[in-house]
Amino acid sequence: MNARQSFIGQRIERREDARFLTGNGQYTDDITLAHQTYAYFLRSPYAHAKIKSIQIAAAKQAAGVVAVFTGADFREVGGVPCGWLITSVDGTPMKEPKHPVLCDDKVLFVGDAVALVVAETLEQARAAAGLIEVDYEELPAVVDVDRAKGAAAVVHDIAPDNVCYEWALGDKAAVDAVFAQAPHVTTLQFKNNRLIPNAIEPRAANASYNPSDESYTLYVTSQNPHVHRLLMCAFVLGIPEHKLRVVAPDVGGGFGSKIFLYIEETALVWASKRVKRPIKWTCERGESFQTDAHGRDHSTRAELATDLDGKFLAMRVHTEANLGAYLSTFASSVPTILYATLLAGQYTTPKIYCAVTGVFTNTTPVDAYRGAGRPEATYVVERLVETAARELKIDQAEIRRRNFITSFPYATPVALTYDTGNYEAHMAAAIELADVKGFGARKLASEAKGLKRGIGYSAYIEACGLAPSNIAGALGARAGLYEAGEVRVHPTGKVTVFTGSHSHGQGHETTFAQVVAARLGIPLEDVDIQHGDTGKVLFGMGTYGSRSLSVGGTAIIKAVDKVIAKGKKIAAHLMEASDTDIEFDNGVFKVAGTDKSVPFASIALTAYVPHNYPLDKLEPGLNENAFYDPTNFTFPAGTYICEVEVDPQTGATRVDRFTACDDFGNIVNPMIVEGQVHGGIAQGIGQALLEHAVYDSQSGQLLSGSYMDYAMPRADDLPEFRIGTVSGTPCTHNPLGVKGCGEAGAIGSPPAVINAICDAIGVSDLPMPATPHVVWSAIQQAH
Amino acid sequence: MESFAYKTPQSVAEAVQLATGEAKLIAGGQSLLPSMKLGLAAPSALIDLGRIADLRTIKVETGQVTIGAMATHASVAESAEVKAAIPALAELAANIGDRQVRNRGTLGGSLANNDPAACYPSAVLGLGAMVHTDRRTIAADDFFKGLYETALDEGELITSVSFPIPKRAKYIKFKQPASRFSLVGVFVSQGPAGTRVAVTGAGAGVFRVKALEDKLATHWAPESCAGVTVSADGLNSDLHGSAAYRAALIPVLTQRAVAAS
Repeated sequence: MNARQSFIGQRIERREDARFLTGNGQYTDDITLAHQTYAYFLRSPYAHAKIKSIQIAAAKQAAGVVAVFTGADFREVGGVPCGWLITSVDGTPMKEPKHPVLCDDKVLFVGDAVALVVAETLEQARAAAGLIEVDYEELPAVVDVDRAKGAAAVVHDIAPDNVCYEWALGDKAAVDAVFAQAPHVTTLQFKNNRLIPNAIEPRAANASYNPSDESYTLYVTSQNPHVHRLLMCAFVLGIPEHKLRVVAPDVGGGFGSKIFLYIEETALVWASKRVKRPIKWTCERGESFQTDAHGRDHSTRAELATDLDGKFLAMRVHTEANLGAYLSTFASSVPTILYATLLAGQYTTPKIYCAVTGVFTNTTPVDAYRGAGRPEATYVVERLVETAARELKIDQAEIRRRNFITSFPYATPVALTYDTGNYEAHMAAAIELADVKGFGARKLASEAKGLKRGIGYSAYIEACGLAPSNIAGALGARAGLYEAGEVRVHPTGKVTVFTGSHSHGQGHETTFAQVVAARLGIPLEDVDIQHGDTGKVLFGMGTYGSRSLSVGGTAIIKAVDKVIAKGKKIAAHLMEASDTDIEFDNGVFKVAGTDKSVPFASIALTAYVPHNYPLDKLEPGLNENAFYDPTNFTFPAGTYICEVEVDPQTGATRVDRFTACDDFGNIVNPMIVEGQVHGGIAQGIGQALLEHAVYDSQSGQLLSGSYMDYAMPRADDLPEFRIGTVSGTPCTHNPLGVKGCGEAGAIGSPPAVINAICDAIGVSDLPMPATPHVVWSAIQQAH
Repeated sequence: MESFAYKTPQSVAEAVQLATGEAKLIAGGQSLLPSMKLGLAAPSALIDLGRIADLRTIKVETGQVTIGAMATHASVAESAEVKAAIPALAELAANIGDRQVRNRGTLGGSLANNDPAACYPSAVLGLGAMVHTDRRTIAADDFFKGLYETALDEGELITSVSFPIPKRAKYIKFKQPASRFSLVGVFVSQGPAGTRVAVTGAGAGVFRVKALEDKLATHWAPESCAGVTVSADGLNSDLHGSAAYRAALIPVLTQRAVAAS
C-alpha cells in the first residue's frame, strides 16, 4: 500500500462539516430569486370529504395576492405517478388511482391540498388562504390498516374494497404442507408502527420560468433531482425534459422522504409559468407531519415452523400494508419486493411464503423510510427467531448458529442470491463486545435495585445497492437503477467529479473524494465532488437503499479507470513506449522495468495542451463518464445486542447497552460509517420505544401531529453505542468491495430492543413503541 | 401570526392599566408565543412585563422564600438562597423544559397559564404557598381552578409567590415521552403548611391526594404509601397514558419522592 491508497480506511473528517456547522450551508429556503413570490397551500381539515364548492374570489382580491389555483386548474395535467407496478396473485395489475396535483372533487386525508395561493409575501399568501371558502361534505373515513379491506368507507372508487393489490411470494402449498407436519410452530401477531420521517430541514421548493427560452428551474429538497425531473416532465406536466433544470442544493436529511415526487413542487413548476415569477414554498413543521410520506404501518401474522432442535423448517407471513390515500412514488414496492425478499434473513429456512395486501386508507401516503421494507422483514424474522428460542428453551445465539447460512453464494427461497457473508463472525464479535458473559451478574445487580434486566439479539440482513435493473424490471420497476458518474480532469491535474448520487447527510463529498484520490494517487484536496444539479450532472438515479458508494461510487471508479486508460496512451506517446508497457501507480505513469515516468498532472496538461500528442489516434482532453448497473444486490449483515433495564412499577425502559457489529464489506471512512450506524440505531430505538404516528380511528385526524405528541429519540434516550464494525467479507461484485451502511442501524435495532424488553419482563410479545405505558400494561396483564 | 401592538410598562400599576380588552400580559412567552404562532391566540397588544425590575427579586425571610413573578426558571434553579432553603423547588425549576425555556419562562407566567402538566403549580400547591397579586393574596388551595383556569380576575397580575420553608420536600416528574412535560409529577412536603402531596399532569389541573397525605402525616416514610390506591376517575387519558396508568403512578412516585425527601 502506498501513501495515497491509504486514503481508503481513514477516518478523514467530513469536508462538508465546516460549512454545515458554521451556518454556511445553502439550502433551498436560503435561495431567494429576483421578483420572488411565496406559496401557501390550503389543506383539507377532513380525512375524507367531497368538495361541493370552492370560492376563491375574495382570496384573489386580497392584499398582495398574485394568483390562486385550485384543482380545476390541474385537470389537464397528469397525476403524480407511482414508479413500481405490483401485480396481484390473480394476475391483475395494482389499482392506480390518479393522485391529482390539487384535489378536485374529493379530499382523501387531513393535509390533502385543495388550493395554492401565490402572493408577494408568505404572510399575505397565508392570510388570503384563510379567505377561501370550501364547502365540504364530510364522508366516513378509514385509517386503520387492518380495518381497511372491505370497510364501508371507500377511498377510491376504482378499489371498492380499498385493496390496491394482493401480492404473494413463495410456494403456499409447499409451506402449508410443512406447517401441517411441523413439530413446533411459533406464532406472532403484531403491528409495525407508523413513523413520520422528521428530516431536520422541511421540504421546500422554489420554481421559476424563463419565457425567453421557455425553460424552468426548480430548486427542491430532493434525494434524486434527475428522477424528480423525469417524473415531472414525462408523466405530469409534459414539459420537455431539457427545459427543466432541477437543483437539489444542500439538503438537511431525507431518510427516504425526499425521494418522492410530491404535489407541491409539481404545482409550483406549473404555476411559475402562469405567474411569470419565481414561487417559493417551505413546508411548515405541522405540514411536514401531515404530508411527508410516512413509513412502516404493517399489520402482520407471522409463523415459524421448526423441529424440536430449533432447526427452521418453514416461514409463513401474512401482512396488511397501509399505503395511505395515494400511491407515492415507490410505495407499492416497499411492503412487497423490499420486504418479502428479506424474510430468509441470515438463515437456511428452506421454504417461505409471504402474502401482502396493500390497502388504501384516509391517511398520508406511506412510502420508503430508512430501511424501507427491510426493517419490517427483519422485525418479523428476528422476533420469530428469538421467540422460538425462548419457547424451545434454546440459547438465542445457539438457535441462530444452528440455522446460519454458511456457504456462499446462497440462493434463498425468496428470490435473492447472497454473494458473501460470515454471520458467525459478527455474532461472535457482538457477544464479546456486549459482554454477554457478564449479563447474569448485571441482571442480579438490577434485581437488587428492584429493576428487571433483559437482553435481546437481532441478526439482520438487508439487500442494498439497488439494484440490478433487469431484476428490478422483472419485479415491476418502471425505471433502471444504475448510477452515472463523470470525472473531469482539469489541465493542471485537479479533478471535479460529478455524481448522480445525492448527499444529504451521508458525507459523499468526503468519501467519494477519498476513493477518487486513492485511485488516482493524487492529494485529497485536488478532488471535488459535485452533485444535485441536472444542469451539471449527466444523469442520476439518486440516493436511497444504501446504494451511493456501491453503485454511485462504482460508476465513478469506472470513469476514473477510463481516465487512467487514456492517460496510459498519452504517457506511452510521451515516453515513446507501448501502451501495454505503461503502469500507473500512486499518481505516476511509468514504463515498466525502466526509471522513466510522468506524473498524472503532466498527462492532464498534455491532454489539454496537445502540442506533443497522438492527435491522429486520440482526442484531446481528459474527461470520462460511466454508467454502472450492478449485477446483484449487496448484502450487509450484522448482529445487534440490546440490554435494557425496566422499572416494573412505572414501565420505563432504559437502554443500558447497545452493541452493533456489522459487516459492510470494505470500509472507506470508518468515522462516517459509524456515524451512519449511530443515526440508524437512534432511529431504530426511536421506533421501538418512542415514535408513533397515530390517527383518530373515527375522524382520521393525526393525533401525533407535533413534537408535543410525537416522540423523537433524544441523546438522553440513548446509551453510548458499542460499535464493532467487523473486518468484513467484501462484496464480490463491485470493485470497491463495499456493501452500504446507511440503513443498517434502523433495520437491525427495533427487534433487538423489543426482544430485550420481552426477556426482561417475561412476555412473549409487546407492541411498538414500547412506551412506559405499554410496558406497564404488559406487566399488569402478565400478573 | 397576526400583528399586534407591543407595550413595555415600567411598573405594575402601568401594566395593569394597559391590560384591558384584547391585550395580553406577557411574561416569558413560552406558552403564549407558540399559541400565537399557531394562530390559537391573537391578542391586540402584548404588555411585556420584562422591564419591571421589582418583579424579578428572590428573597428569603424568616420561614419563607418569596420569588418575584418574573423570576425565570433558570434564576430560581441557580439561586443559592432557594437551593439552601427549599432544594426541591430549585430542582423543580432546573428540570422545566430545556435551557432556552428556563432562560425565558417565569414563575408567574407558569402559574397564570396553569397548564395541567406544568411543574410549578405542584410546588405552589405542594408547599401551600401564597400567591400575591397587584390587589390581594390568594392561598394556593384557592388559586388553581382546573384546566388553564385560576382565581385571577381579568387583568389581575401576579407579583410574587411566598413559599413557606418546609422541613422536607421533593418533586419527582415522570415525563411524557414527547413533550417532556409531566405525565405525572408529584410534589411532597411536610412543614408549616402541613403534609402535602400535590399532583400535576394527571388531571385537569394540579390536585392534592388526601389518602396519601393522611398516611404520610401519621408516618413520613415510603412504606406509608404502600397499599394506597388512587382512583382513576377524572384523570387524563391520552396517547401517552391511560387514566389507570396515571393513577397507578401517583403512589409509586409519591413513595419515591418521600424516600428522596
